[in-house]
Amino acid sequence: MRNTLATQLLFELSKPGRRDVRLPKSDVPEVAIDELLPAGAIAAAPPPLPELAETQIVRHFLNLSTQNMSVDTHFYPLGSCTMKYNPKRNERLANLPGMADLHPYQPEETLQGMLELLYAMQQILAEIAGLDAVSLQPAAGAHGEFTALMVAAAYFRDRGERRTKVLTPDSSHGTNPASAAMAGFETVTVKSDSSGCVDLADLRTKLDGQTAVFMITNPNTLGLFDRQVRTIADEVHSHGGLIYLDGANMNAILGIARPGDFGADLMHFNPHKTFSGPHGGGGPGAGPIAVRAMLEPYLPSPVVVKVAENINEQANTKPSKNGDGAECHDCYRLAYDRPKSIGRVRSFMGNVGVLVRAYCYIRTYGPAGLRAVSENAVLSANYLLARVKHILPVPHGDRCLHEFVATAARLKAERGVSAMDLAKRLLDYGFHAPTVYFPLTVRESMMIEPTETESKETLDAFAETLSRIVEESPELLHDAPHTTAISRPDEVAAARNPVLHWSPAGAKP
Amino acid sequence: MSYILNTPDDQQAMLAAIGVASIEELFAQVPAELRLRRPLDLPPALDEMELTAHMAELAGQNVAAGQKICFLGGGSYDHFIPAVVDYVAGRGEFYTSYTPYQPEASQGNLQVFFEYQTLITQLTGMDVSNASMYDGGSAAAEAVLMCIAATGRRGSVVVPENLHPEYRQTIATYLSNLDVRLHTVATPDGTTGAELLARSIGDDTACVVIQQPNFFGCVEDLQSLVQAAHERGAMVVAAVDPISLGLLRRPGEFGVDIVVAEGQSLGTPMQFGGPYLGIMACSEKFVRRMPGRIAGQTVDRRGNRCWVLTLQTREQHIRREKATSNICTNQGLFALRATVYLAALGPQGLRETAEACLRKANYARGRLTQTGRLSAAFDAPVFKEFVVRDGDRGVQSLVADALQAGFFAGVPLGGWYPRLSDCLLVTVTEKRTRREIDALANCVSQPNRRQEMVDA
Repeated sequence: MRNTLATQLLFELSKPGRRDVRLPKSDVPEVAIDELLPAGAIAAAPPPLPELAETQIVRHFLNLSTQNMSVDTHFYPLGSCTMKYNPKRNERLANLPGMADLHPYQPEETLQGMLELLYAMQQILAEIAGLDAVSLQPAAGAHGEFTALMVAAAYFRDRGERRTKVLTPDSSHGTNPASAAMAGFETVTVKSDSSGCVDLADLRTKLDGQTAVFMITNPNTLGLFDRQVRTIADEVHSHGGLIYLDGANMNAILGIARPGDFGADLMHFNPHKTFSGPHGGGGPGAGPIAVRAMLEPYLPSPVVVKVAENINEQANTKPSKNGDGAECHDCYRLAYDRPKSIGRVRSFMGNVGVLVRAYCYIRTYGPAGLRAVSENAVLSANYLLARVKHILPVPHGDRCLHEFVATAARLKAERGVSAMDLAKRLLDYGFHAPTVYFPLTVRESMMIEPTETESKETLDAFAETLSRIVEESPELLHDAPHTTAISRPDEVAAARNPVLHWSPAGAKP
Repeated sequence: MSYILNTPDDQQAMLAAIGVASIEELFAQVPAELRLRRPLDLPPALDEMELTAHMAELAGQNVAAGQKICFLGGGSYDHFIPAVVDYVAGRGEFYTSYTPYQPEASQGNLQVFFEYQTLITQLTGMDVSNASMYDGGSAAAEAVLMCIAATGRRGSVVVPENLHPEYRQTIATYLSNLDVRLHTVATPDGTTGAELLARSIGDDTACVVIQQPNFFGCVEDLQSLVQAAHERGAMVVAAVDPISLGLLRRPGEFGVDIVVAEGQSLGTPMQFGGPYLGIMACSEKFVRRMPGRIAGQTVDRRGNRCWVLTLQTREQHIRREKATSNICTNQGLFALRATVYLAALGPQGLRETAEACLRKANYARGRLTQTGRLSAAFDAPVFKEFVVRDGDRGVQSLVADALQAGFFAGVPLGGWYPRLSDCLLVTVTEKRTRREIDALANCVSQPNRRQEMVDA
């Protein structure tokens, strides 16, 4: 018989009087609460949180953890999400007290190591982007998109131009048009051509003096490098617009091509994808942006700057020689006085913990290693493509960069088996499913991204499993998965009659 | 090569299966003129021992908060984190998984989000919570956008000066391309005056954003502020300190429309400002305008209770240019930490933590203002932080002297508030002891004498 305790909620395990954390006895005078606070502000009772012992808490969450697939336990070829291995050294180093136990408002002289690291990250990301300046502040990729569009808006405003439109391809991530709307722009969709890239003719009909930014994902969501990108950039620039590069797919081109070199003026990075930060069940990520020099004044405040300072003023930094031979320090400061800055897009410094991990990853590889990352990511993807295309058609060609999109459209038409059915059945065989139903430009799509951190054996096993699954009976596939704790939840009922928190009455459906 | 598994033989076999001679050929679609023709100009590779030494060196050039006695706050707090939080959050099944696109492969995360949402509604007294946002400041800005959409009022947003300056800056950035004015109300006494607030609200004001306790640590009269706003048709966003809710009445009881919070206090390390946990909860009627992920309960095909992401029609991947927000993720790992933290503290633990903050902060305010050098800047009741005015040699030297003596004494306010350039925001969490508080008070009154207990 299954132990039902494992499926209960914290609130159902609660028992009045149970305790875990206790505080030490107060060492300051026990002044009555109502002498310190106005009566109207004090709650009659503490909030109705569950009452549990630590043993229960540990068992509860560890049992829950076994119901997740994760990169540490499974192959996770979730296209566009770049689920690569998360090195353990990075976790350890990011958790050093000198990294994790820092308050954002400590005096700068007590933060020189952290500021040096962040300054180095600004330089490193600018070099990888082929652009001039970096802000580390945005908290996620989509937040970086929003930030960059605000930078673009400030740039045009400062030039006395009022540009209202942002153009996004129909194959773009949904965050692109949403970010544009949030930043106050009207969004205009540009079609893809038959090869899956931007339809230049359609772009030309939509470009005009009102165009602020064209957002492009390159390599795009089909895993293709849009060869026309330079032409696109020239056209957009000739109308006075800017090119934004969605950096979600940077894992394909590290050290191979740089967005700044192929025409981008602004871009964001997804360090949790490209530089292996753990995805944390949906976050945290980070979304640093890189921009061309003319946009630098508008970046969020503060940025990290390096200044030389007299040795006598600082006792806590490394000495170095400056140009005229006098001994001085490289000293790092947070620059807040930036009159043209858009301001800030979140409180404090940014998702520094994610950036520290990314820094460790980049330093582990170095320049040649980073290029090898992309080469092997592309090798993995093309190898898997070569094996999958005999099982499911891959509409956009025999080659890809970091990911490719297969289609189950024919399988659906002939046998009634959908991409979702295949995705669910893969779970039974111990593989996380690829991304399904994105991009929207391919019917019954499965977007597969193996990354460089999987072995040939794993890719072979995945392809063989997919090959076996497409031969299985439609009935078996419709009801998949069969081995997981739950199967095919009723998502319509969840949305129609939302139950968004537990309550004592009616907890059980 | 570090995390690349395939051997040269594997690579050759893979290339053969693809039908190309070299990896270089796979990049044929990248035009030659767009290629980088040199190695990236980056520092050289380090193996694990070298990297460990390098990071230790960088870390050694920082002073960890735990190496000093930390009285810093202002939105990032040195609260105690029980070991069970790190243990659970350190499980790779949690921290190396992703957004639950396949609910069958993610019930662990989805149930945690559902439990997190429940705990946040219990904590705030609100109807619904999402599964978290980036941080407190951006959550406040997103809440403001919700209010503008919900009321159709695009004229102004009103904030008191005692709302966290970085929240105000973030809101200002989010509004700057939408032609909505951000109106700031003066708070000379530290707290927000209901009448002054009321006079700032026009017929086109979408909302007011009240911080409780406010940035100066003072406890606001939330009831009268909510009333003042609602009488004029403006919504109310309350930015709260989640730890204070162990003791203070919950914002839901005052009828606020949206609650946001910085959830870092709930079991997340300070890590120089991020990543943090944005909390957002609202009334039932605004749920379809709420950004971010939401987990909902349902049943599977076998009739078992289970969880899915729900109400996704609000979101960017379906509505694209009509989306209410561009957020496509949440702070899952920190929502997990907050869930474990709140489960570990329970109602009594949270109450005791809040009471300890309250008593120790008030004790510290008393001790520091007995020094002769410092005085309380405001009279209002405080919860865990307070502002002192330095009548002596200036705040910068006080902070520098205290640092020499082993203290992070507080956050100078002059950078944000010129009229408070002689003021310091001092924070006292449950971790500070009477001995540490007394030592700070002694240090402030005798700044040149090093404190033996700190050096020992």
